[in-house]
Amino acid sequence: MTAVTHVRSRTAVLAHENIDTDRIIPARFLTTTERAGLGRYAFNDWRWRADGTPNPEFVLNQPMARGCEILVAGRNFGCGSSREHAPWALVDYGFRAVLSSEIADIFRNNALKNGLLAVVLSEAEHRYLLDHPGIELAIDVAAQTIELPDGGRFTFALDPFAKHCLIAGVDQLGFLVGHERDIARFEQAREAA
Amino acid sequence: MAARTLFDKLWDAHVVRPETDATPAILYVDLHLIHEVTSPQAFAELRARGLTVRRPERTLATLDHSTPTTPHDDLGQPVYASEEAAAQVAELERNCAEFGIRLNGWDSEHRGIVHVIGPELGATQPGMTIVCGDSHTSTHGAFGALAFGIGTTEVGHVFATQCLLQQKPKSLAIHVDGALPAGVGAKDLILHVIGKIGVNGGTGHVIEYRGEAIRALSMDERMTVCNMSIEAGARAGLIAPDETTFAYLKGRPLAPQGAAWDRAVDAWKTLRSDDGATYDREVRIDARAVRPTVTYGTHPGMAIALDAPVPAAASLQERRALDYMRVEAGRPVAGMPVDVVFVGSCTNSRIGDLRDAADVLRGRRLDPRVRMLVVPGSVAIKREAEREGLDQVFRAAGAEWREPGCSMCIAMNGDLAQPGQLVVSTSNRNFEGRQGPGARTVLASPAVAAASAVAGVVASPQSLSQQPLSQEQAA
Ligand code: SF4
Repeated sequence: MTAVTHVRSRTAVLAHENIDTDRIIPARFLTTTERAGLGRYAFNDWRWRADGTPNPEFVLNQPMARGCEILVAGRNFGCGSSREHAPWALVDYGFRAVLSSEIADIFRNNALKNGLLAVVLSEAEHRYLLDHPGIELAIDVAAQTIELPDGGRFTFALDPFAKHCLIAGVDQLGFLVGHERDIARFEQAREAA
Repeated sequence: MAARTLFDKLWDAHVVRPETDATPAILYVDLHLIHEVTSPQAFAELRARGLTVRRPERTLATLDHSTPTTPHDDLGQPVYASEEAAAQVAELERNCAEFGIRLNGWDSEHRGIVHVIGPELGATQPGMTIVCGDSHTSTHGAFGALAFGIGTTEVGHVFATQCLLQQKPKSLAIHVDGALPAGVGAKDLILHVIGKIGVNGGTGHVIEYRGEAIRALSMDERMTVCNMSIEAGARAGLIAPDETTFAYLKGRPLAPQGAAWDRAVDAWKTLRSDDGATYDREVRIDARAVRPTVTYGTHPGMAIALDAPVPAAASLQERRALDYMRVEAGRPVAGMPVDVVFVGSCTNSRIGDLRDAADVLRGRRLDPRVRMLVVPGSVAIKREAEREGLDQVFRAAGAEWREPGCSMCIAMNGDLAQPGQLVVSTSNRNFEGRQGPGARTVLASPAVAAASAVAGVVASPQSLSQQPLSQEQAA
């Protein structure tokens, strides 16, 4: 996993509430056995028309969204299926951070494990970002802050272990494997019981 | 010790290393279920790191998501929707062989939807922690197991260490008081609950379903309830095990036998929330007020009694949902013309569900405009239904009797609805495009689904007023 310490970008805003992971990547693209290359399917059925041409109405197809690394999404983003293909697709597309007032549990877990910073903001902060699409934000992971163009600043909560992994660019498996002795002891104690 | 909830007990019994200020808890996993869609990248990770599956005997695999529900071809081979789907299945077969994992594959009597076969085999047991790269793992909570969905990276964690890093979720008690009215079932109840608490009502929580109406449910019905916990955003759903649970499990192939069975039941009896245990949140639902319930929008929280008027859109979002569904505020969902009916999925594909649908269809015929697919949850359920003659009932009514799998619940195996078609579906998600691009989904119970197939419009069984045709008339 590549380290994520800072994200500086304009925002793309998808204000819809309850954007589910079927919406982020439809199930028909899940027959892959790879993680790479899913970016072209991100928000597929919004992004592409039936004839394969881009849907000009869709936010991410508009010029101002080009190159945006921060997605501001409506409440309860990432609900539904546990498919990790959803964060894989968003990362492959180019997003580094997703901001919402509420993010579904499994999606948030999956995102953080793939270097996609999933940040939950207060209703008021969230509303401000929804109302100001395209503003430039500077996210500092270590400081857990988001700086706004007008000098304002939001702070956000982040699980310390996920933060450590993001900043160091390490995944969590190494930590688990490092506790092999604890795991073996647990298994023995249970078998003895 | 302080009074603990069922969830506390399950959690405490599986903590390998407690949570610290810097790190989450390490939680032990008793049973790891896998399928073809969310496992290949995890196996690839194992190989890349030179790791192995720590406890293959605690891992159980099946084929369900991308598998066809049509009969095998003349050469006895499955007819996949795409080469990719075939390759994905072949990869799971190879991975299971290489890592020594038991696969309920094409030749197995117990191949089927992952959340159907775990319980059916008796692999799902009270007191366990159960995970799967699939959000409907919450189904297994019906047995008093802590069961939840994980991502593929975590599938890799469990392969390598039989453990997960977890922060303890909060607890939410949903008390369902009173008895469900006649003709109202588990699916109506859970849709009603999600309609009340919302699609994010359970986020960050493990739900324990309690109360008279829950205790009265069969295991099949309890699984329907726990299955949809995730649709309220919950991490997991739980029901304390009781005699109903033990009776279901007794004699199943992977359940404990003989003296081990007696010991197990004694231990399982302690798996209940202590009197005086407190929850982070509690909700009360009156079972007597639940009616046949369906969804009218594009998420499972947009649920309402079948005959109640659809509420006016409260937001732009809801406006869009009503437009997509072509539903009119102020009018009920009942009466909307139906194109496809799907009975299946890990929510409603067990034998009790098939019986419910068959009871409505017996001696009746589908409306000629309706296509109906009945997809049993597993090979064993299919056989049982055939022993009972349910397949004959479905076929005589004009429905398609298919091979087991996820099918039109997720529409990645070629079973899908066309743009604009309305599907009355016993599955769990009515998201835009879930059952095919542009398809519209109304979630319902098996009985309502079957009645809608007969009426050609969304309908309750009670509204099919005429007596069923006699067998001769139906033929
Ligand atoms: S039946 Fe549907 S919800 Fe259940 S496991 Fe299969 S795809 Fe997922």
